[in-house]
Formats: sequence, structure tokens, C-alpha cells
Amino acid sequence: MVRVDCMKDRLKYVLLIMSLVLTIAGIYRGEVAEVLQKAINICLECIGIG
Amino acid sequence: MASFKRRIIQVTSTIIGNGYFEGFAKGTIYRGKLKSVCFPGLNCYSCPGAYTSCPIGSLQSVAAGLKYQISLYVIGFLMLIGTIWGRLICGWICPFGFFQELLYKIPSKKLKMPKTLNTLKYFFLVVFVLLLPALSTNEVGIGLPLFCKYICPAGTLEAGIPLTIKNVALRGAIGIMYYWKLMLLAITIVFSILISRPFCRAVCPLGAIYSLFNSVSFYRMNVDGTKCTKCNICNKICPVDIKIYENANSPECVRCGKCVDKCPTKAIKSGYINEKKGRLNHEKILDVGCGADNCN
Repeated sequence: MVRVDCMKDRLKYVLLIMSLVLTIAGIYRGEVAEVLQKAINICLECIGIG
Repeated sequence: MASFKRRIIQVTSTIIGNGYFEGFAKGTIYRGKLKSVCFPGLNCYSCPGAYTSCPIGSLQSVAAGLKYQISLYVIGFLMLIGTIWGRLICGWICPFGFFQELLYKIPSKKLKMPKTLNTLKYFFLVVFVLLLPALSTNEVGIGLPLFCKYICPAGTLEAGIPLTIKNVALRGAIGIMYYWKLMLLAITIVFSILISRPFCRAVCPLGAIYSLFNSVSFYRMNVDGTKCTKCNICNKICPVDIKIYENANSPECVRCGKCVDKCPTKAIKSGYINEKKGRLNHEKILDVGCGADNCN
């Protein structure tokens, strides 16, 4: 039980680092512009028209 | 007290996330650079007031595009939020969760949701958000945000209705899909009056993602087994019908804190793990074995 808790304790730090790495990788390969491009136009599918 | 604080935060996050009032007045949407940032809760980016993007919509739109089949940026963002808070976002920040909570306050006969339906949200996440937008593409290679198109009632409530009221061109384009989505919203509203947070528990792909992090997140729930009498008061007031003394960090827990307030023996606590001591920052005991002292 203690071992599982220790693993979880370490896992959250691993996940934290992974999340930052993924976010930075996404920014680096230009996904921010892609998200922005979609978000600044009315999403017709979202509103049930597209 | 915590419930009042939570309500204030829910109202504030809903207003801040949708504070572009000009959009509501003119039937348009905000087009600034803030839209490249995702909102942590389910909040349609085509809502006239939305300053930020919906993470589920963004995940699908990147997957449906030509360049990438999965968005590292959005996945990383959701992992970050999930690792820090888990489903605390669902209980405190999400405007659509807040909307369902308000509906559940309407006096009516109340029903329990079968627990098997909890797994349905993972199906929506995998099939409608991750797989189909990336795989079911047209001849050019472009897919569609299928969860938004066929299922999401938040889009109808926050974007579809306000935009078609104010925007004549969009109103003229209303077709059968609009009525399909209107019907889904009506069903969600009826079920939300009868059942606590049915969309969060059975459908929401964002809740499904955050639920994966509940057991490991920095923010966590904790039950002191020496104080808990298993009186079940926590289960009776729980909006997602869980027994917190059986699994304090259940994937279904939205961390609303109602059980913390109501526990007669004060056995339930919530908070962040103290890095050095491995304990909840306001708790002097508990969380045995999770401390850095015991991790070798």
C-alpha cells in the first residue's frame, strides 16, 4: 500500500513534467495558431448549422 | 461556507470566461488572441461572450485539420490542469457543470443515475473526440468536430441560441441539425432537473479526461479512517453519488466539497499535498505512506 502511494506521489511529478513538455512541443510546432484560427471563426458545427 | 465560496467562484468563472458582452449584443464572437488559450472547463468557443477556447473543440479541430492528428498543445494543457486539480475544475469552474447544478435545484422528483452510465463518457471521448475527427475525413483530408456537431448541448446553449437570436444570417441557415441539437439540449435540461449532473457523469469528454487524474493529482480528498463512522451522510449529499470513504479520490468525484462541509466528525479534508511532509497542507496527520519520508 505504501509502495503504491509512493508511486502515485512520484507519478504526479512525472505527469506535471510531461504536461509541460507536451504543451511546449505543441506551441513549438504551431498548434496555437491552429487553435486560434478555429476559435476566432464561428464554429457552425457547434451551433448546429454546419 | 465552502459551498458559498464555490458558488462565487462558479459565477465568477462563468462571467470571466464569457465576459465579451459586445458579442451578445451584436450576435458575433470575440476574435482576439486570447482565443488561442483554452478554458479549463467546457465552454463553447463560439459563445458570443467567450474570450477563450473550448479544450474539447480545440482537440477536435486540430485532429480534424490537415497538419496533425492529435494536439500536443491541448493534451498537454489538459494534463497540466488534471495533474494539479483533477476534477476540481468540474465542481468549481465549469460553466456547464454550474448550469446543471442550478437546474437540479428546481423542485421535482429526484432520480439516481445508474452507475454503469458513468463509463459512457469514455466512449464519447475516445470515439467522438479523438478517433472520428482524425479518421473520418473527406477527400481533401479534413475531418469534422463530431462531438460538437452531433452531441454537445453546451454549444447549443452558449453559442447556438444566442447567435441565432441576434444574427439574421445564421438564423436563416437553421436546418435539421439545429433542431437535433436543440432537442439534445432539452433532454439534457430535463435530465438535469431530475438527476444531479447527468451530462458531467455520463457524457462529458472533458470530465472523462480529468477523471483519469483524480487519483494522482496534487489537489486531493482525504478521509481519516480513525474519525469516519461510515454514517453515509457524505453519500446522501454527494452530487455524483459516491461513497468517499471507500475511495477518497474516485474518478467520479468533482471535489465540490459538500461532504467536507457536512461530515459530522470532520473526517473528510481536501487540499494540496505538502511536498516535503507528504501531507495535506492543513492536516497534521493522515495520508500515511504518501510522504517523501517514506519514498525511497
